[in-house]
Amino acid sequence: MRKLINYQPLPLGRLLLGILPLLALLLVYLFASDARLSLNAADKLLPGFNVMGDAISRMAFQPSPRTGEYLLWSDTAASLLRLLCGVAISALLALALGLFTGALPVVRAVLAPLVTLFALVPPLAILPILFICFGLGEVSKVVLIVIGITPLITRDLQLQVQKIPREQLVKAQTLGAHSAQILWRVILPQLMPRLLDAVRLSLASAWLFLIAAEAIAATEGLGYRIFLMRRYLAMDVILPYVAWIALLAFLLDLLLRLISRRCWPWYHAK
Amino acid sequence: MPLLQLKNLEKHYGQQVVLERLNIEVEEGEFVAIVGASGCGKTTFLNMLLGTEAPSKGQLLLDGEPIPDEPDAHRGVVFQRYSVFPHLTVLGNVMLGDEFSSARWLGRVWGKKRRAIRQRAQAMLAQVGLELAQNKYPHQLSGGMQQRLALAQALMKQPRILLLDEPFGALDPGIRSEMHQLITRLWQQHNLTIFMITHDLKEGFSLASRLLVFDKLRHDPHAPEAWGATITYDLPLDRAQPSEPQVA
Repeated sequence: MRKLINYQPLPLGRLLLGILPLLALLLVYLFASDARLSLNAADKLLPGFNVMGDAISRMAFQPSPRTGEYLLWSDTAASLLRLLCGVAISALLALALGLFTGALPVVRAVLAPLVTLFALVPPLAILPILFICFGLGEVSKVVLIVIGITPLITRDLQLQVQKIPREQLVKAQTLGAHSAQILWRVILPQLMPRLLDAVRLSLASAWLFLIAAEAIAATEGLGYRIFLMRRYLAMDVILPYVAWIALLAFLLDLLLRLISRRCWPWYHAK
Repeated sequence: MPLLQLKNLEKHYGQQVVLERLNIEVEEGEFVAIVGASGCGKTTFLNMLLGTEAPSKGQLLLDGEPIPDEPDAHRGVVFQRYSVFPHLTVLGNVMLGDEFSSARWLGRVWGKKRRAIRQRAQAMLAQVGLELAQNKYPHQLSGGMQQRLALAQALMKQPRILLLDEPFGALDPGIRSEMHQLITRLWQQHNLTIFMITHDLKEGFSLASRLLVFDKLRHDPHAPEAWGATITYDLPLDRAQPSEPQVA
């Protein structure tokens, strides 16, 4: 028999193996839910799939009696807008900061301590400051995401720039390049796929900050809805919402991965 | 006037003397091979020629002027690795030098200018035998092809001096002899002045027109850092102005 360390499952087998624990989890839930519901048909803690289905169709396909909106979609739109604004602003800021602090020792000397300092402050601790400064509207939520993930991406990109072999920078100079040309033609293009990687990694934090900000002060959004529904113990809404957030996060990650593969094939071929 | 003059050139790192008493003159068109034991300062010497390290004492003159203390387009270089840009295609790599010089800010050109640069780059790629690989990325090339690409890239700038830091050290023997023929041909066609570091004494003898051996002459067992290496042999080889490319 082969050693376990050398045993590679076939591609299809690997897929099935991956689905196995998910199915097991689902089965456990069904059994537990069934057991509780047979004791008390009005139990709210582990609702059956039929109840969740009703809740989904109520949230997604029937206008809310109070506002006339389709809540799932208006919540999703509000949350995604905040998340994407925050992440896009962070990515641009971090790209500029990471590029210059990584490539130019002078800029690094000036800005690197500041970035490190910001990275050390827990972003949620300054959420009250943001609410005081920017009010309870959209700005403070976007700013929380920006403050939360920009330092992480910046530091990652700075390290990535410093990892570019010194030989390449010397070579570019022997081809007659000055500093700006090296930044623009040698370092920046090599940084772009790494930016997308860093953004993918920081998306999880971005979601965390978004949900936290929405939970505290918002009138719509996925996080707001989940925390609102908590008051009614409405697990039949909360569970599908959580699954929906996970799906959105997965799709965003997939989208970024596909963009990166399409735009920078050299990066993924190593 | 000789192209390059070294007058009592020395290099120290703190107390440690790495190179001392370097006195040679190199004429345009020479192919200088540099051999010596590991750690005797061959690469330090090359870095001084390149401008990434400054001499500690003495003078290093290019055309009678002190050599600039930053790398520039007068001195081309091919390292053992990492000489090409992974994010550009073969053609893009070779075009880059001309793009730098024709677009001051962006380092990128379009239209008629780009077509002219592309033609020149394609001609250069044909000289090193890479014309069929021009749309590939470096990671798709073998080690030998990557070094050909690095050579083509450097030659586009028509450097006064071409510096090679063990350029063929990582290649298979068969590929290496192909590269020897290529570098000999390029040396003659472009009338290059070449400095090549090599570990392979045979390679030095068969390729170069002049061989420099770096070694420590004096050694103090109580203070091993007190004396540095210098040029112990300066051998003119009979390939000074060969008319026929020789097979290495």
